[in-house]
Amino acid sequence: MANWIKVHPLVVRITHWINALAILVMVASGWRIYNASPLFESFTFPDALTLGGWLAGALQWHFAAMWLLALNGLVYVVYGIVSGHFRRRLLPISPGAILRDVSRALRGRLAHEDLSVYNAAQRAAYFVLILALVVMILSGLAIWKPVQLQELAALMGGYEGARLLHFFAMSLVVFIVVVHVVMVALVPRTFPTMITGRLRRSS
Amino acid sequence: MKNSRLALKHPKVESLERRLFLKQSLSIGALSLLSGCDLTGDENVQQVLEGMSRWNDRAQAWLFDPKKLAPEYPESMITRPFPFNGYYPESDVRIIDETDYKLQLGGLIKEQKPWRLPELYALPQVSQVTRHICVEGWSAIGKWSGVRFSDFLQRVGADLTAKYVGFNCGDDYYASIDMATALHPQTLLAFRFADQILPPKYGFPMKLRIPTKLGFKNPKHITEIFVVNDNPGGYWEDKGYNWFSGN
Repeated sequence: MANWIKVHPLVVRITHWINALAILVMVASGWRIYNASPLFESFTFPDALTLGGWLAGALQWHFAAMWLLALNGLVYVVYGIVSGHFRRRLLPISPGAILRDVSRALRGRLAHEDLSVYNAAQRAAYFVLILALVVMILSGLAIWKPVQLQELAALMGGYEGARLLHFFAMSLVVFIVVVHVVMVALVPRTFPTMITGRLRRSS
Repeated sequence: MKNSRLALKHPKVESLERRLFLKQSLSIGALSLLSGCDLTGDENVQQVLEGMSRWNDRAQAWLFDPKKLAPEYPESMITRPFPFNGYYPESDVRIIDETDYKLQLGGLIKEQKPWRLPELYALPQVSQVTRHICVEGWSAIGKWSGVRFSDFLQRVGADLTAKYVGFNCGDDYYASIDMATALHPQTLLAFRFADQILPPKYGFPMKLRIPTKLGFKNPKHITEIFVVNDNPGGYWEDKGYNWFSGN
């Protein structure tokens, strides 16, 4: 019999895939909403990459998927804190280790022998991604409710400030997701692991 | 691709997995492309999205604090020129004739006598400098003056326990809002923009200014106001925009 090691807990796997779907819908519909009134005059997203067909359709997708993103994110964060998952998997994290592992990754020399232990580059990426998603949700709330949640909007420089922050948080999320997907393509055995949760121990 | 240097122990399995992964990611990509045109048009998907939009109406009504005021700004921050917006281009702006104009009242309102403009101008007026936020995302700060809409509704004996206030407009636009927003202290039946009688492009002879709602919920060229218990919908709302659209 093969020797299996547990890599990802069930809650993490389920919330990971729901999150992936929610982010895909939020980003694709968000790009269509952006196109209705571009923040940067010379820049719009190609319509083929957007969701919703027109502004109203995109808004319907965006404001439906936001519940999925927020509730799923809440389950993940509460689980991560209460179960000790964050502490075990994302800590300790130090700037020296991050620099070392990022530079190794860029040179293609980052080892992935034990997928149940995240290297420092992964820890940093996942931590920043969680943070960016929190900022994206908060700035999104400020844009959606700039009167009812005006104290929150004021922290971001008001409605227009929250719009900018929402855009940059989205850019950071998309950047990390792209790097993440490229890394999975480079180390493909991580992919089925996020579905089954386990990994065959290499000899 | 530097993965060849990753000291792979099972190169064949690795390449098989990679092919599988590429296939899967391609189908995810294809799915997302499809969704752009087909998914939104699908009737079942459309039903779910409409259902979520109604759910969001309720969530926003629950979030709405009738006492919370929209931020007000100094006059130096007014956006000049203030952008024109409508469902038609600026060249098609309707010119409403002042001499024939009468504001009609209907529905659950006791005194339904039509109002002429001089009578409306004689009512106590207030001003506000607030941010107009368009559903498209852009925003602009403007100054509006007029009569507090809650004062007006009380004066004409509207049933304030009814659910909706509806509007018909001289440019064939129509709109409706919830009673709680109609009674908000910053909701104005506005006759002036930047201290001047509203020019046609900003909604002559009157516009309902609601800083707690998106721009398209602020009807211009109002000719009729009515109070009802069945949601009358609205021009953009009936095309798919969220009905409550509160800020």
